[in-house]
Amino acid sequence: MKNDILSSLRPALVMTVLFALLLGLAYPLAMTGLGQTLFPVQADGSLVRANGTVIGSRLVGQAFTASGYFHPRPSAPGEGYDGLASGGSNLGPASKALHQRVAGQVAALEQAQPGQPIPVDLVTASGSGLDPDISPEAARYQVARVAKARAMNPALVRGLVEAAIERPLLGFIGEAHVNVFELNRRLDALPAKPAA
Amino acid sequence: MTTQGWLFIATFLGLVLAITKPMGIWLHALYQGRRTPLHRVLGGVERGFYALCGIDPDQDQSWRCYAVHMLVFNLALALLTYLVLRLQGVLPINRLAYPGMAADGAFNTAVSFTTNTNWQWYSGEATLSNFTQMFALTLQNFLSAATGIALAFACFRGFARRSATGIGNFWADLTRVTLYLLLPVCVVYALYLIASGVPQTLAASVQVVTLEGAHQTLALGPVASQEAIKMLGTNGGGFFNANSAHPFENPSALTDLVQMLSIFAIGAGLTWCFGKAVGNTRQGWAILAAMLTIFLAGVAIVYWQEAAGNPLLHQLGVSGGNMEGKEVRFGIVGSALFSVITTAASCGAVNAMHDSFTALGGLVAMFNIQLGEVVIGGVGAGIYGFLLFALLAVFVAGLMVGRTPEYVGKKIEAREVKLAVLAIAVLPLVILCGTALASVLPEGLAGPLNKGPHGFSEILYGFSSAVGNNGSAFAGLSSGTPFYNGLFAVAMWLGRYFVIIPMLAIAGSLAAKRYTPATSGSFPTTGPLWVGLLIGIVLIVGGLTFLPGLALGPIADHLAMVRGQLF
Repeated sequence: MKNDILSSLRPALVMTVLFALLLGLAYPLAMTGLGQTLFPVQADGSLVRANGTVIGSRLVGQAFTASGYFHPRPSAPGEGYDGLASGGSNLGPASKALHQRVAGQVAALEQAQPGQPIPVDLVTASGSGLDPDISPEAARYQVARVAKARAMNPALVRGLVEAAIERPLLGFIGEAHVNVFELNRRLDALPAKPAA
Repeated sequence: MTTQGWLFIATFLGLVLAITKPMGIWLHALYQGRRTPLHRVLGGVERGFYALCGIDPDQDQSWRCYAVHMLVFNLALALLTYLVLRLQGVLPINRLAYPGMAADGAFNTAVSFTTNTNWQWYSGEATLSNFTQMFALTLQNFLSAATGIALAFACFRGFARRSATGIGNFWADLTRVTLYLLLPVCVVYALYLIASGVPQTLAASVQVVTLEGAHQTLALGPVASQEAIKMLGTNGGGFFNANSAHPFENPSALTDLVQMLSIFAIGAGLTWCFGKAVGNTRQGWAILAAMLTIFLAGVAIVYWQEAAGNPLLHQLGVSGGNMEGKEVRFGIVGSALFSVITTAASCGAVNAMHDSFTALGGLVAMFNIQLGEVVIGGVGAGIYGFLLFALLAVFVAGLMVGRTPEYVGKKIEAREVKLAVLAIAVLPLVILCGTALASVLPEGLAGPLNKGPHGFSEILYGFSSAVGNNGSAFAGLSSGTPFYNGLFAVAMWLGRYFVIIPMLAIAGSLAAKRYTPATSGSFPTTGPLWVGLLIGIVLIVGGLTFLPGLALGPIADHLAMVRGQLF
């Protein structure tokens, strides 16, 4: 036993140092170099710029509250859509807090648009708190509100939504979804029309 | 549940089966220390490592020596991690100027990453510098995984060798697994992830002015290089708090599928490698069949429950499955499947928040961990854990037919069975005692976010995850306190090494035995009867002790949910 411990000391220490240099520094730094060279846009976070300012990442959701924009899902941590605080609500299925939160959101949606079935993703918080997507149903649900706020023809907005739907790969890998940031950018890109 | 959903699950299973043999062949080459094509590139590095350490890779170690060298090495790694975490404030590449961790948190995290648990009491993007992520955590992700695979090799040699005194050389196993398997796969894997949108930069954050004119700060870093080994090595510690639910860790449904496959890849390959090592690959396929049967049952339950959704929300006029804590791009089936894989495999990465699963969906995740994560299991840990159950199964079969039990040509006697029971008993003992303690002490009761039975589930899940070295959580539990940090660290340590040491003792004892050829009276350990017996032993011995705890937690939670009672 004592001999085993003594004979282990040198390899344990030297291996720790060597692997730390190889796996803790050389590997991530080499991958950073390779990634920045081969896929610079993705390696920096798939950022979207407008007039030199970063206006978002294609992959990360952002908060939208104006009625003229499509709204994302509820975000649990902090103020919501905080890029430095990801996570879910962690509320259990029989949680009073969850029930009250959803009931509040349902009431607000019902008041604006009575009588329409509410897609579940629109009133449930995502796992990351940064979910960039909503379901096609959740996007269609919001068409009337967005069209009204922008004084646009609902069919035009509806068309934008249908064009923005990303389908599952091969029809079964993943779920159909709509990237809210992209959809709202397309809305903004439309020529402004005078209110009817 | 949809046809597309089941097609997705079937595709996943098909891909796992397709990976098993090629991965097994590669692992078997490393197990035997054979030359691979990669030796041409990395052979010099391997020899250099041995020379600097002053070791002879061909020198066989007794099981005691193997165990001691592994333990001292793990201790050195834990110490290094602890120091980096404590000293983070004065170390480089810390652009957000995060201070060092407090002693209890650093202790917990050092043990957590050394034991391949990757339990995280902290939120990565708000606590750790990019230097810490790389130099402490990425490093540990590799080496805790390599340690696990090395231990599996040592275990296999116990079964495969005849009248031998040694079970291999720890340093050779560790170095070969790291250089010829983990590192090259991760280089390719990380590049794929970067191409798919996972960031890889030394920048810590970027400022965004959103379309509505608000300010948003996005955390960035060398994510892809860590993500690759986090999944391949069944580590599961996220770069970000939300883990693989975070769009920067797991941007699309395709990266999600690849991540799920990479959790199972090595564990599945090891079953084939075991069969090859003991001279009959059907032994390996039998083990895989038993594992995948338990796995599929779990997937079916979780998918069914999550797709059915939360009746309490349906009453409010909301239609659809349970999407609380889930991402739209993965949906119900992608999240349900991931949760079963990550808990079956001791990975602990999550792409949805298990705490917000339906009660029975969460139960399956918890139960998978409590079985000892032997359904594929952690890299190395899964297969040697499963072999402990196999020893019990042949013992039970031996009692039934009145013969000395044998397994793959080795007589299984009192010493091996006692050691196997010892290793298997550690899990329920520490999980249940720890949960009981935390359920009565005020420091423990301060942890849960949810009230009622779900709060108890959070504690039970926490201890299960720590002892099982899983690392996933019912994350409502606030575990960043000295009480939980200390207890969980001890639980992780016990759950890792008090299984490993009896397992290595068994390997040493078996290696010394002669080969006993199978006769017409031997219990066959390849057919469906054996697979059924294995499943029964895993469920009864591994699972039964937890039923009272599960009744108080998720089952009570489910009944409350059905009756409409809120907490």
